[in-house]
Amino acid sequence: MTKRQRADRRTGLLFLAPALLTLGAVTLYPAVSVFWLSLQYRIPIFGIARFAGLDHYAFLAADPRFLNAARVTLGFTAASVALELGVGLLAALLLRRQRAGRRAALSLLLLAWALPSVVTAKLFEWLYHPTAGLVNVVLGGHAFNWLGDPRLAVAGVILADVWRTMPFVALLCYARLLTISPELYEAARVDGAGGLAIFRRITFPLLRSVLLIALSFRTLDALRAFDLMFVLTGGGPANTTETLTVYAYRSLFQTLQLGLGSAIGVAVFALVMLVAWVYLGMLHREGTAA
Amino acid sequence: MTRRGHVLDLLVLLVLVLYAVPFFWQLLTSFKPDAELLQAPSILPTRLTTVHYDAVLGRSLIPRALTNSFAVAVLTTLSAVALGLGAAYALARFPVPGKNLILLGVIAGTAFPQIAIVSPLYLVMRALGLRDTWGALILANVSFALPLVIWLLTGFIREIPEALEEAAALDGAGRIAILRWVVLPLVAPGLASAALLTFLGSWNEFLFAYTFTASEASRTVPVALALFPGVFEVPWGDIAAASMLASLPPVLIVIGLQRFLLRGLLAGALRE
Repeated sequence: MTKRQRADRRTGLLFLAPALLTLGAVTLYPAVSVFWLSLQYRIPIFGIARFAGLDHYAFLAADPRFLNAARVTLGFTAASVALELGVGLLAALLLRRQRAGRRAALSLLLLAWALPSVVTAKLFEWLYHPTAGLVNVVLGGHAFNWLGDPRLAVAGVILADVWRTMPFVALLCYARLLTISPELYEAARVDGAGGLAIFRRITFPLLRSVLLIALSFRTLDALRAFDLMFVLTGGGPANTTETLTVYAYRSLFQTLQLGLGSAIGVAVFALVMLVAWVYLGMLHREGTAA
Repeated sequence: MTRRGHVLDLLVLLVLVLYAVPFFWQLLTSFKPDAELLQAPSILPTRLTTVHYDAVLGRSLIPRALTNSFAVAVLTTLSAVALGLGAAYALARFPVPGKNLILLGVIAGTAFPQIAIVSPLYLVMRALGLRDTWGALILANVSFALPLVIWLLTGFIREIPEALEEAAALDGAGRIAILRWVVLPLVAPGLASAALLTFLGSWNEFLFAYTFTASEASRTVPVALALFPGVFEVPWGDIAAASMLASLPPVLIVIGLQRFLLRGLLAGALRE
């Protein structure tokens, strides 16, 4: 290694150091110590702090509330992501042929994505109001209690989440669609292909990789979702919208069981990393196949 | 352009306006008189009023929360972009050991669930005496924004032809001077994209802000909105007005700085 290379290496590390130190202290250290915390009984207000081993995990394995939260999380994620991808793809196909007012169209689309999720929660809380909400007024004066009825609440939360995140999927697909050359469609039409055949044979295969990317991002976000259900329903009614994240939060800061809440946090962590790993593998295969 | 094309363009715009109705409905609500909100709900109000904005701006904690949010978001953005630019420059241009591992860690960092690190981070903030201060929120938000900022800027810097920097080095410019006078001007649009996403992320952030704050001294708008008080009944009109005030920066960014926002979003998701 020459003197110049050594100097470059040192300068590089110097440029890198502040960011890495911050990430180490504020992300990596907590990410490691949450495991340690999950092995303890920690109830700060009573000054309780002792080692618990795997007690919390053993408790959670048989805890009906935890199993319910896992089910709610997976159901919410599956439904939300499927709808987001479907509607997002449709929106992108609609937008592609837009000539005039493209900027306005994108503004209207991105609006829902850019708002704070707490604002989204407030918008939908008002839309779902049993007597004065726009949803029930439009449905002809029904008095559905969207957020109070255990059979409807999950659907209400999913709808709000789809509204907020569909634009992201639409935007990714739209950007990909713009890169497909018009000549390709021209040639297919000359060969006598119909609209459906063109979509199946040309558009969809070219969108595959971007849909996979959108699927990965959206699944990881949905598994981690917290703000929307916490503010909109607080996990209720009857825990039908209590996801793992909401259960973790309530354990941590409402019943103040820092150890148990951390164990649930670790479960979310493990779930997200597992899914990320699976998707990375899929993306990698897609990349080498294409 | 055919006539049919114009009609279709308008139709798509109309569909998108309908899509944004949840927002416009709240906007309309924020100007409706109280009497027309719950009793005999009507689509269009008979008159518009600013009483809800008067109440929110004059007699609530929202103005203070807006100040907190704005200060935290601006300071978060400045810090994250400064730290991220240095790190990205190093990763793009220097023979740093373990570079690939660091980049992999950065990507993994974008997938970290907030809920998993909020409990240890809460203990850290308490130990540092940062509870209920802007500092806690800035520190947490910067760290959460950094992976994306580093990822975006590393890509943007790699797009710059290295020959420019080599020429400057031959002319005797040091590394800092090259970063300041060669790299920075060329990466400025990318920097704007990263800054916008960081600002939005901080403005919208709820979980950390809800956990680390305890009073109006540091509560941000999402927290104030989630805790919006009602004495005997829910003040829907006031909540609508507060929601609109909380939406103002995101709406302005989407309309006015759309180009940078799109670039950041697409580069963040689609770069290999």
